[in-house]
Amino acid sequence: MKAIDIIPLFVIIPLAAAFLISLVGRFIKRSSEVIIFISSLALLGLSLYARFLLNSAPGKILVYKIGGWAPPFGICMVMDGLSSFMLVTVNLIAFFVAVYSLSYMNQYTDKPKFFTLFSLMVCGMNGVIITGDLFNLFVFLEIASIASYALVAFGTEAEELEASFKYAIMGSVASAFIFIGIAFLYSFTSTLNMADMARILAYKQNAWVIPFAGVLFLMGFGLKSSLVPFHAWLPDAHPSAPAPISAMLSGVLIKTLGVYSLVRVFFNIIGSTHGYLGILMFLGVVSMLVGVVLALSQWDLKRLLAYHSISQIGYVVLGIGLGTPLGVLGGLFHLFNHSVFKSLLFLNSGSVDYAAGTRDLKETGGLGKLMPVTAKTNLAASMAIAGIPPFNGFFSKTIIIIACLQKGFTGYAICAVIGSILTLSSFMKVQRFVFLGEVKDKLKNIKEAPFAMVFSTVCLAIICVLGGLMLLPSLRFFLDDAVAVVLKGTSYAGVVLEAASK
Amino acid sequence: MIDNPKTGMTLIVKTITRLTVGLILLFGIYIILHGHLSPGGGFAGGVIVALSFVHLMLAFGKDVAISKVSKNLASNLESIGALMFLSIALLGFLGGSFFLNILPKGTPFNLFSAGIIPLCNIAIGIKVGVGLFAIFLTLVIVEKSK
Amino acid sequence: MTLYFLCLMLFCVGLYGVLRKRNLVKIIVGLGIMEYAMNLFFVLLGYRFDGRAPIVARDQNILNMVDPLPQALVLTSIVIGLAVTALIISIAIRIYEKYGTFDITKIKKLKG
Repeated sequence: MKAIDIIPLFVIIPLAAAFLISLVGRFIKRSSEVIIFISSLALLGLSLYARFLLNSAPGKILVYKIGGWAPPFGICMVMDGLSSFMLVTVNLIAFFVAVYSLSYMNQYTDKPKFFTLFSLMVCGMNGVIITGDLFNLFVFLEIASIASYALVAFGTEAEELEASFKYAIMGSVASAFIFIGIAFLYSFTSTLNMADMARILAYKQNAWVIPFAGVLFLMGFGLKSSLVPFHAWLPDAHPSAPAPISAMLSGVLIKTLGVYSLVRVFFNIIGSTHGYLGILMFLGVVSMLVGVVLALSQWDLKRLLAYHSISQIGYVVLGIGLGTPLGVLGGLFHLFNHSVFKSLLFLNSGSVDYAAGTRDLKETGGLGKLMPVTAKTNLAASMAIAGIPPFNGFFSKTIIIIACLQKGFTGYAICAVIGSILTLSSFMKVQRFVFLGEVKDKLKNIKEAPFAMVFSTVCLAIICVLGGLMLLPSLRFFLDDAVAVVLKGTSYAGVVLEAASK
Repeated sequence: MIDNPKTGMTLIVKTITRLTVGLILLFGIYIILHGHLSPGGGFAGGVIVALSFVHLMLAFGKDVAISKVSKNLASNLESIGALMFLSIALLGFLGGSFFLNILPKGTPFNLFSAGIIPLCNIAIGIKVGVGLFAIFLTLVIVEKSK
Repeated sequence: MTLYFLCLMLFCVGLYGVLRKRNLVKIIVGLGIMEYAMNLFFVLLGYRFDGRAPIVARDQNILNMVDPLPQALVLTSIVIGLAVTALIISIAIRIYEKYGTFDITKIKKLKG
């Protein structure tokens, strides 16, 4: 087996794990937990290995042809700087969430089904990231979406079913828009391979089909990533899911299905022009402000965190929409940081829920003395999301603000600073109401969370603290390769087709 | 087949069902196996196989249908079908790349030709057929939950 | 050209159903109409003038076929639509058990 053969393993391992757990999980006790632990650890190791393998590949790109069929006839899997960056993010968070849910899901009745759906969701996300074919992206996007609709409704209480129904209908409408966009582009270029389509679209620039398909993609992927006119499903769906699934949804799903696909289609296939980038920046700034203002009046802990997800995705889209090297670096770095600290915040809210049995901020209080580890990790995550040095959120937000000022958008930079200040006030409220103050009578006997949950949260908090080190020159390659792929634009096509012909 | 006059439909429907259920199942298997020669293949053939079981349930009532294919059997067969498909795809690694067509391809228009495509069709046919019937069972047999 | 326009009109009819109807089951039916319209649109894109069915039989020599690629992709899309519809319908059945109504103006426990 050559080294390039590890690329399909990112889809094979979670798919095999999902169906194995579905088959033997009911007969052999605790087999589902062993299988999910091994598979997520293997995926994390493989993604880190692939990242280092890419350093020695010619042209920093690896193309795997499925079945030996060369593109444009066959489906190819492309591993370049942006794909390997997203793979490391997704598999890192998936591993820690899987470890956390080994003990959190003891409250629910059906653990094998949960791990089957979780593994299918990870398979779908990995497939979206590494594929090089537009319809294959749609199929994997649907796999991940359908798994997430079922996971949001996992507890089958009344509120969870209502939230899952809303999410499912809106997600299906978004997928319909994406499908019609793909249909228009296929009829225009008569190919489905991303690199081939980029090459053909570079010749035929002035046709009405390209902006039309672009707007359809913006509506579809914008709903999946919850930009502001399309955000209405997120505050209902993310709190209703069980806590590890909220961490996965808010941490990685809206980024792979939404932001990554948007970047691939807009920068590498259609080719970014000032019109599209201006729209992306405007939607990003509006998301930033709307999310953080609506979060100020929330008293439900997870609903507050969900509104902050909308706001932070606004930062990411603002950074990427700037189009300059510094802006895209800030946007992608903030994407990684937000995965880490938002997952940590949701896992902490799950620990509070597991121990105290409530999510309402008015009912909790003084838990800092009874759950010291959770209180300290929550403090670390709150300071990271608010942008206080030396946590990782500070570096990424500063880079985005400086990039805005460099390009002359001082209004957007001031909005970013205002958003950051309001985020800080919101999280000071959370810290005070949950962990400081007096302990209520009925909560006097709670203990710290079990070992698996504490392990995941402490590891994520350590990554929060050390995240700023990724800007050191020796580790910069991780982000720089991703930025280079985004800025290369449609010349990505030439690199892929040349690497595929070897 | 048990002929309980209280469950299911009338006697005429039950008699015709006894005659046609086997034919529908056979037709579905024919479409699955000839997927590389004529239109159809795994998905369409699987749906027809599932429809034969649904026909049985509609005519005789759900107890007879569950005694033929129970919920646990449906769930296990579905996972086995998916794992079969994945292992056929992994066999391609022996030849070079994932999902490569490594079995001998034979002469065109014969039944035993085209490499791994008939085997993939059989795996998908099992999975889709049993899976669709399992969806139907879950929707019809709604347990009263609080 | 008018065929494509009619397909997109059918898509808009389905979208109207999803947006404006108050009954849960009618919303699901609207979603189903949208799925039909988009699959039909994709298959119609593959038509070539004077084309025949893209099947190679033993002793026929067909010169111009319609495009077979959209037909294979639409097969996948129909199965995806089936899975989503099954999931949404089972969620709707459980909502009826918990809330006692199918009217979306009365299913409003999540607010704010």
